[in-house]
Amino acid sequence: MKVAITSTGNTLESLLDQRFGRCACFVIYDTESKAIQFIPNPNKDAEEGTGSASVEFVASRAVQKIVSGRFGVKIEPILDSLKIQMIVIKEPKKKIKDIIKMLDH
Amino acid sequence: MNPDKPLKIAVASGKGGTGKTLFSTNLAAFLSQKQKTLLVDLDVEEPNDFLFINGTIEKISDQYKMIPLWDENKCTLCGSCSNTCKYHAVVQLGTFIAVFTELCHSCYACSELCPVQALPMQRHKMGKITTIDSGNLTFIESRLEVGEEQAVPLIHQTHDLVDTQYKDIPIQVFDCPPGTSCPVVAAARKADFVVLVTEPTPFGLNDLRLAIETMQKIQKPVGVVINRWGIGNDEVEKYCDQAQIPILAKIPFDRQIAEYYSNGELVYDKIEYITTSLRQVITAIQHAV
Repeated sequence: MKVAITSTGNTLESLLDQRFGRCACFVIYDTESKAIQFIPNPNKDAEEGTGSASVEFVASRAVQKIVSGRFGVKIEPILDSLKIQMIVIKEPKKKIKDIIKMLDH
Repeated sequence: MNPDKPLKIAVASGKGGTGKTLFSTNLAAFLSQKQKTLLVDLDVEEPNDFLFINGTIEKISDQYKMIPLWDENKCTLCGSCSNTCKYHAVVQLGTFIAVFTELCHSCYACSELCPVQALPMQRHKMGKITTIDSGNLTFIESRLEVGEEQAVPLIHQTHDLVDTQYKDIPIQVFDCPPGTSCPVVAAARKADFVVLVTEPTPFGLNDLRLAIETMQKIQKPVGVVINRWGIGNDEVEKYCDQAQIPILAKIPFDRQIAEYYSNGELVYDKIEYITTSLRQVITAIQHAV
C-alpha cells in the first residue's frame, strides 16, 4: 500500500508539513516494498487551487492514505469519494522517519 | 469630460475599515439632493451600504456564471481538461473528473478543448443584484453567495447592468472592495475618478501607497479623503504633498459621526462641516476629469 505524507523537506529528518495543499514536499511511502520517494510539491506557490491540484497529484500516484496536519473542507469529500484515508497528526514536531515507523507498526 | 456620459466615481481604499461606506453613501445621498444619482455597492463579499439607504426594492435578479458539468458517459479520461485548466478547477482523479466550482474562471477552455464534448457548460448561481428605488437616488447592491470565491465575474456583470440599464443616470458612485487585488481593479475599472479613503495612521499610509500605485497602473486620476483626521500622525498628509496627490477632504474623528453611523443614519445633511466637505470633493472631482 502506498501512503503520501506531507513534508517540510526532502529528508527523513524533515518535519511533517501541517499544510496539505501547500506542503513543501510529498513523501510517497510503499509499506510493502519500503520504498521511499520524495517529490517536491509543484503547486506549493500557486495562487489558488493548491488543494485540488495536490489531490490530483497524490491521486495519480495511487496512494490509499495521506498523512498531514490538516485537510481543507473542499478536499475532505473528494478524498472520501476516492476512498483515500486521511490521517491527521497534530504534532508539528513529528519527523518523517517517525511517521514511517508508525505506519510500519 | 463627455457631457453625454455619466460621471463615474469609484470609492476605494487600500486598508479596510477606513470609511468607504460612510463616504460613498453620504456622497451619493448628498449628490441626489440636486440630481439623479446612482450608488452601486460593489463590495460584493460584504456589501453594507443598504444599512443606510431607505427605499423600495425594485428588482432582485439572480446572477450566474458558467461552469463545466462532467458527462461521465461521454468522457474517455484523456486528461485534456485537467491539463488545460490552469486554476486546477477541473482535475482528473483516477477514473473521475472533479469540477471545483469556486475555482472556475468560466474560461470555457476545458469545455471547448474536450475532444468528445464531455464537459458542457452550465449555469451556476454566484450571487444576486438588488435594485432599490430611493427617490432621486437609485441604489444597486451586488452580493456574492456565501462560499463563492470569485468576486470579479459578479462585479463585471454589475458594471454591465449599470451600463445598459442605468446609463442615463448622470452621476454614479461605486463603493469598491478594499485592498489592491483583482476585485478592486474590476470595481474601479470604469471610473473617471477614484477617491481613496484612508486614515492618518501607519497602516493607513502603507495601504494608501499600495492603492495609489494600483490606480496609477490602471491610469486613474486619484484623490485622497483622510477619515478620522486628528488621530495618528501627519505622515499621510506629508506623503500626499510629496507625491502631489490631492487631499480632497479631511473628516475629523468625531463621536457625533460614529453615533449617527451606528444608528444607520447618514450625516451629509446633519453635520455642517460634512456638507461643506462633500461639496468641495465633488467640485474638485469635476475639475479633475
